[in-house]
Amino acid sequence: MNTAYNFAFFDEGSKREIRRATLKAIAIPGYQVPFASREMPIGRGWGTGGLQLTLSLIGKRDVLKVIDQGSDESVNAVNIKKLVSDTTGIITTDYTAEATLIQSRHRIPEVPLTKDQILVLQVPLPEPLRYYEPSESETKKLHAEKEYSGAWLMLFEQIMKYGSMTTGADHPVLVHDRYVMAPSPIPRFDNSKMNASEALILLGAGREKKVYAVPPYTKVVSLDFEDFPFEPETFEDKQCRLCGSTGVFLDELVDELTDETVYQCNDTSYCLEKLNTVGVK
Amino acid sequence: MGYVAVKGGTLAIEESIKRLKLERVKQGRTIEVEKIQGGMRGLIDQVMSESSLYDETLAALAIKQAEGNPEEAVFLLRAFRSTVPRKHYGRVIESSDMQIERRISASFKDIPGGQILGSTTDYTHRLLDIYLKEETDQSVQAWVKDYLKESLEIGEQASKLTLPKVLDYLRKEGLISTCENNDQEPDDVTRQSLAFPSTRSQRLQILTRGQTGAVTSFAYAVIRGYGDLHPTVGELRVGKLPVTINHPLSDGQDENDAYYIGEVKVTEVEMLMPVLVEKEYGKKEMEFEIGYGLCFGQNETKAIAMGILDYCLEHPNKEFPSHNEEFVLYHIDSVESSGFISHLKMPHYVTFQSKLDSVRKTKKDKRQEVKS
Repeated sequence: MNTAYNFAFFDEGSKREIRRATLKAIAIPGYQVPFASREMPIGRGWGTGGLQLTLSLIGKRDVLKVIDQGSDESVNAVNIKKLVSDTTGIITTDYTAEATLIQSRHRIPEVPLTKDQILVLQVPLPEPLRYYEPSESETKKLHAEKEYSGAWLMLFEQIMKYGSMTTGADHPVLVHDRYVMAPSPIPRFDNSKMNASEALILLGAGREKKVYAVPPYTKVVSLDFEDFPFEPETFEDKQCRLCGSTGVFLDELVDELTDETVYQCNDTSYCLEKLNTVGVK
Repeated sequence: MGYVAVKGGTLAIEESIKRLKLERVKQGRTIEVEKIQGGMRGLIDQVMSESSLYDETLAALAIKQAEGNPEEAVFLLRAFRSTVPRKHYGRVIESSDMQIERRISASFKDIPGGQILGSTTDYTHRLLDIYLKEETDQSVQAWVKDYLKESLEIGEQASKLTLPKVLDYLRKEGLISTCENNDQEPDDVTRQSLAFPSTRSQRLQILTRGQTGAVTSFAYAVIRGYGDLHPTVGELRVGKLPVTINHPLSDGQDENDAYYIGEVKVTEVEMLMPVLVEKEYGKKEMEFEIGYGLCFGQNETKAIAMGILDYCLEHPNKEFPSHNEEFVLYHIDSVESSGFISHLKMPHYVTFQSKLDSVRKTKKDKRQEVKS
């Protein structure tokens, strides 16, 4: 453990300040609360918003899991884990069920989260309306007035141009019938996991200096139309080549030997757990 | 036996960090921090200015660690800055108290106190000096000794020189309107994030810690044509400002109880912008308005550019992005811009897979349309 710095890197005043913004975010689901985002020892845009939330919340008894695009072993996940455990001495885990605090970039784990867990999502672009309105002072007004016709029009235009909604990850959601929110670029597949989630979900955007939240049991609905319902990514009849799972988010890979397209669980720790409990290959 | 996760990430990072160190030291030479501090004043000044942290030794250390890459050095210092608690706030500094090292005006030849060139590259010929390859510590020490002896002989003033501001002279003449000192506590963007419309203290703070290249380029665009300005340097001065803090145990703001804690070298610029002002009965008059720039260290181009942008943001104009506060203030920070650009190197497998799914769907729908 690195004792040259305070516990969890920040001085206590900074941690308190971030927690205050977090409390406000929980009190107003889906509303982006500005906070004085600190510069971190990892890149601005590499998860500093999530990291600040994690560091402000973490206590000595917490167990931390960090995943990046589904993987516990992705270089950036490893790097963040290393920084947190270096400055706190806490233990980390790959097993979703064991963790009390989960920091993730762009995925919600396949294992359902519980009320004893907090999910921290890293957010590059917190403003769901930025796509059509570059100005921050304008989008602030649009949120205040609940003026979301632009968000609907954006989806409508996609349908007119391409025959379906073409949002990739980050399909906008309506939180508790009030704020339109960027779910961070989680795949559409994960959007429904936000609805009535048992775990508290916090979203942190370091570079854009915003914190927002989906408190437990909050209604989260993906924007869509009656005749063009929201569609998550589909993997149809595909299954994981390792553990055989279906109905999970799959990575598409090319088998270098056979040159065939193969599929594999994106959530690596879920896949590993499956393999170890079922024991099939 | 159970399956175990691939531990590739951890090991790969460790090896990569070793490679990075190898690149820094593989020629078997290390550069001492004191040498950086002694000979890289320009880089140190740039890095301190963009970091908002005034410490030459730490800046030199950051430059060493970053192998001279300013964006990386600034990043290191900013991250360090996040861990340092605020114990005191400085008292208001009057820039007329500056101990002048260099001071020029491009607007007036005869300014009270005169033009003082000081040290500047402005009038050097940019010819590579091949003799610098042979320079030794002994040779520079001898040169310094000779120089100091010579300046003593001609009786150069060793006293601390302070001079009146050029603009005060113009104010007395009535050429620019007078304004009250505003010593209100400035907003601190590192403690409360920027909101729009911004305050002037927020704007000045973000401009002064902006990336030198970005600030310069935006201001260049303004004077080249994407803006509506033809500025002149009213006064540019480089020198040291004394920093004092109030006595921590007394409530009073009494100057006599204050502590002097050191000095900071800064570049200060006051730009003059000629503008048409409409007076009574539609009568138009030319007047001068001011743009203000101040940065740590000797960073003259940046300070001038800051002065231009300060004026632009004080006078929003929808026609030009450089007069738009969100456009300028959100995009000139080195750590933010380099961080977000570099994050594109991170894996985007999930987000890309998601987009792929959408693209495939649109293609499938098109095919079905053709069939039906």
